[in-house]
Amino acid sequence: MMFLSLLVFSPLLGIVLLMFVRKTDARMIQWLGTAATVPPLILALFAFIQSGRGFRLERLDEAQDWVRLTDLPFLTDAAYVIRYELGIDGLSLVFIVLTAVLATLAALASMLVKTEKKGYFLWLLALEIGMLGVFAAANFVWFFLFLEVTLVAMFFLVGKWGGFERERAAYSYLLYNGLGSALLLVVIAVLIARTGTANFALLHEMLHNPVAQGQWIAPLTGEGRRWLLGGLLLAFAVKLPAVPLHRWLIRVHVEAPPPVVMLHAGVLLKIAAYGMIRFGVGLFPDEFRAFAGAIAVFGVINVLYGALLALRQRELKRVLAYSSVSHMGVVLIGLGALNEAGIQGAVFQSVAHGLISALSFSLVGVLAHRIGTTDINRLGGLAKAMPLFSGYLLTAALALLGLPGLAGFVGEFTSFLGLFQTKPALAAVGALGLILAAAYSLKAVLDITFGRDRKEAVMGSRPAAGEIEAHRAAVDLRGKEAAPAFILVALIVAVGVYPQLLAAPLAAVVETMMNGLGG
Amino acid sequence: MNDVWQSDWGMMAPEWIVLAAAIVLLAIDLALPSDRSRRPLAWGAAASAVLAMIATAAMIPAEPASILHDTFRLDAFAKAFKLILLAGGALALLLVAEWAPKEGSPHRGEFAYMMLFALLGAMMTASSGDLLALFVSIELLSVSSYILAGLRKTAPSSNEAALKYVINGGIATAIMLFGMSYVFGLTGTTNLGDIARRLQESNETYMLALAFLLLLIGVSFKLATVPFHMWAPDVYEGAPVPATAFFAVVSKTAGFVLLLRLLVTVFAAAPSEGREPSSLLLSMQPVITILAGLTMIIGSVVALRQRSLKRLLAYSSIAHAGYLLAGFAAMSWAMIDSLWMYLLVYTLMNIGAFAIIAHIVNETGSDDLDGLAGLYRHRPLLAAALGLFLLSLAGIPGTAGFIAKLYIFIGLVVTEPGHYVLAAVMAITTVISYVYYFNLIVQLFFRPTFTAPLRRLPAGLSTAVVLCALGTLAIGWAPGLAYDVLAQFGHFGDFLP
Repeated sequence: MMFLSLLVFSPLLGIVLLMFVRKTDARMIQWLGTAATVPPLILALFAFIQSGRGFRLERLDEAQDWVRLTDLPFLTDAAYVIRYELGIDGLSLVFIVLTAVLATLAALASMLVKTEKKGYFLWLLALEIGMLGVFAAANFVWFFLFLEVTLVAMFFLVGKWGGFERERAAYSYLLYNGLGSALLLVVIAVLIARTGTANFALLHEMLHNPVAQGQWIAPLTGEGRRWLLGGLLLAFAVKLPAVPLHRWLIRVHVEAPPPVVMLHAGVLLKIAAYGMIRFGVGLFPDEFRAFAGAIAVFGVINVLYGALLALRQRELKRVLAYSSVSHMGVVLIGLGALNEAGIQGAVFQSVAHGLISALSFSLVGVLAHRIGTTDINRLGGLAKAMPLFSGYLLTAALALLGLPGLAGFVGEFTSFLGLFQTKPALAAVGALGLILAAAYSLKAVLDITFGRDRKEAVMGSRPAAGEIEAHRAAVDLRGKEAAPAFILVALIVAVGVYPQLLAAPLAAVVETMMNGLGG
Repeated sequence: MNDVWQSDWGMMAPEWIVLAAAIVLLAIDLALPSDRSRRPLAWGAAASAVLAMIATAAMIPAEPASILHDTFRLDAFAKAFKLILLAGGALALLLVAEWAPKEGSPHRGEFAYMMLFALLGAMMTASSGDLLALFVSIELLSVSSYILAGLRKTAPSSNEAALKYVINGGIATAIMLFGMSYVFGLTGTTNLGDIARRLQESNETYMLALAFLLLLIGVSFKLATVPFHMWAPDVYEGAPVPATAFFAVVSKTAGFVLLLRLLVTVFAAAPSEGREPSSLLLSMQPVITILAGLTMIIGSVVALRQRSLKRLLAYSSIAHAGYLLAGFAAMSWAMIDSLWMYLLVYTLMNIGAFAIIAHIVNETGSDDLDGLAGLYRHRPLLAAALGLFLLSLAGIPGTAGFIAKLYIFIGLVVTEPGHYVLAAVMAITTVISYVYYFNLIVQLFFRPTFTAPLRRLPAGLSTAVVLCALGTLAIGWAPGLAYDVLAQFGHFGDFLP
């Protein structure tokens, strides 16, 4: 069965069809581009529902011979064969569903993009293929391949359709993430060279029962493994991003078009979390223990640093950017706890933050489009003219601060629960970040929705030409704009109220990992 | 003397084809009235290279053999690298067919056959089993290249390029010859196989080490690796674009052929001093490692500052020589395999890029980066193709460049101890290279146009671009295509005589 290939590559159909659409036909491009994100969504939801009914995901595994690097006589037949392999488990499925949902919503929100829409959708669909592929890949080479597709796609999306300093942001993204990728590639090359395979399952096996392939291939020593894990963690720390490697994230959040940030904050940052869990804990469980303390410390630093800086920002996008830094710290905290609650919390937090940041940026997109600014000093009292919008924005803020009953709470609660079990003092310090989160998110949102009246706010700070008119013309969300926000709020509530939705598919994966960690 | 005439000359078929074509084209060029176009000559030359490629491919299953007292060897190594050289030569000749410099050039027939002579020299290098044959063949390549560099006779920059090339090349030749004389003096023979056998008992380690360094310096000039890379940017900039493409691809491949033939066969056998006896080649590994690292760093860092497309590609080719040298420095079982793979891929992506840049330089008359601005708007397919080649040069997955780079990476870390520092340098310089390759991509796709729309791509260039793009994509997505060919050569087990 080719189910997974179909799932990953189905947006390709949209790319091909888009090639034949005239550049000027914006309506058709928007329609086709959005429609192209639907097939993977349907397939992903189908797989999700089926697995909930007890369908075994391993049955979806695909493998095809791709390349045989060498056939030296002293090697076994399977050594140095890299295959095209896709395969998913509960963990990847959760992220694939997240990707598919956010891709469709981002495509919907892209109606606010006006320039060169055709190229924009081509790259957006390419980005989706890359993201889906990353989670569906069952071997390291293909994981890397799809990861780099997202790198190139993001470079174009940020550099061409971004804000004023878009090219700088695009280069920043390219270089930081390129360095992360290069480091990852070295780790992958060492793993392939020393074990002869890139397949996750086989690697897992080989790392536990190393097989000597002859004198030409050196085995992996304990020290070598620690270096590999260190490289892996550093590579993903850049992509997560962990402070102090976070500068690129701020630029991308501020400069990229909002629908792209929905995907960037919603999915791309989670690839790092996924990588740390799948490869860090999954492949090197014993060595991971040595790093767990440091990871937790970095997590706490991320949480506090991000929250403190978010508190100081007067630009909504920057508030959200630093809040992303802070929230990704919670993922690190969960991982650093290295127990069942912690790992589960890391995944929960990843998904929750994906949904919440997507919601925030879909609203930011509308705001930027209507008023032309996201500067909090220039906004205020929007609740009167845009009540629906303000309601959604408030919901986003509440989700961001981790209100119980919403998705963010589950992620933060379980992550911190995990850390309190192993390192209570550290966890207590980190928990301060949650209080700060309430402060910055409510402060920013209440300033925008209530605060001073908008005319007064603008008058008080020397309005730019046309700004008052823009405020006056501010109309509430239209149906098409409200749809992504509505769906996201529904999902956030669903996960918050019924966490089992996520916990069920994850249970088996987390259990396997805990077994790997020795209980 | 008799056995010379009874030799199996058939194994030289590819060389005969190229030589015959060069002579016939030379005669036609002389006979043709001066106002007639010389373009068909280049097409003929390209066809002869393709024919020679077919002849080479047909000989792949043959057992290794040699004629002329082991001077000319036809082993897996010779066949494998001849295929790349011929492919590169044929593609470069397609560029020659459309060459139209702005100062005009009534006599450009010589471009086609001089390039064939150069190609012949490169092919002979791959087959040489003797110091003298190696020297003569590499000089045939070099001397023809000097002429190619100066073919824009009325352009000062071209004259300068030729002069620089001659002087630098001459020095390199002299140093290399000096090194060869040591080897000859120590062994009393010029045959590579005999040299290797005699050196096994040799204890003249220091003399040999000196010879090794002299030869390495000589070869470094040909490869344009640090610290003997200075000539490359000036020559690349001044020479006509098709010649530049030829130097970047065919001459570089020939340089690596020389490196492997000369240094590996001779010095792998020679013992070295020290408590644990190993080969002289292995004891020289640190030198090569340092040179590889420096080449990668200097090539990619200096490329960041270039505004001229040709100089940019020159530094990029220096950086790529560094990656290749890293593959050599690893000295793993994958060494020759990974170098072959990289050179094949490098030929495709580089000629593809040069073909498009040749057209832009022809049309706009300048080779500044800005010339690419907004190409996407009026020639989307051309811009996409150039984007593909640039991504491949940068080593982005999905293109052939990634596969080639991955193979070198694996070679670097498969040995014990692994060359982690070199692998790290390669990884970091690759990311640095993102900056200048993506700079070009930004010009292509993000910037507004301020040049007149380009004319359509002429037939020769478009053929080259299409072939290279197909190859780059095919090897990127189905690397098995190239690995299956590589598997035919049995890991070059018959490489050592």
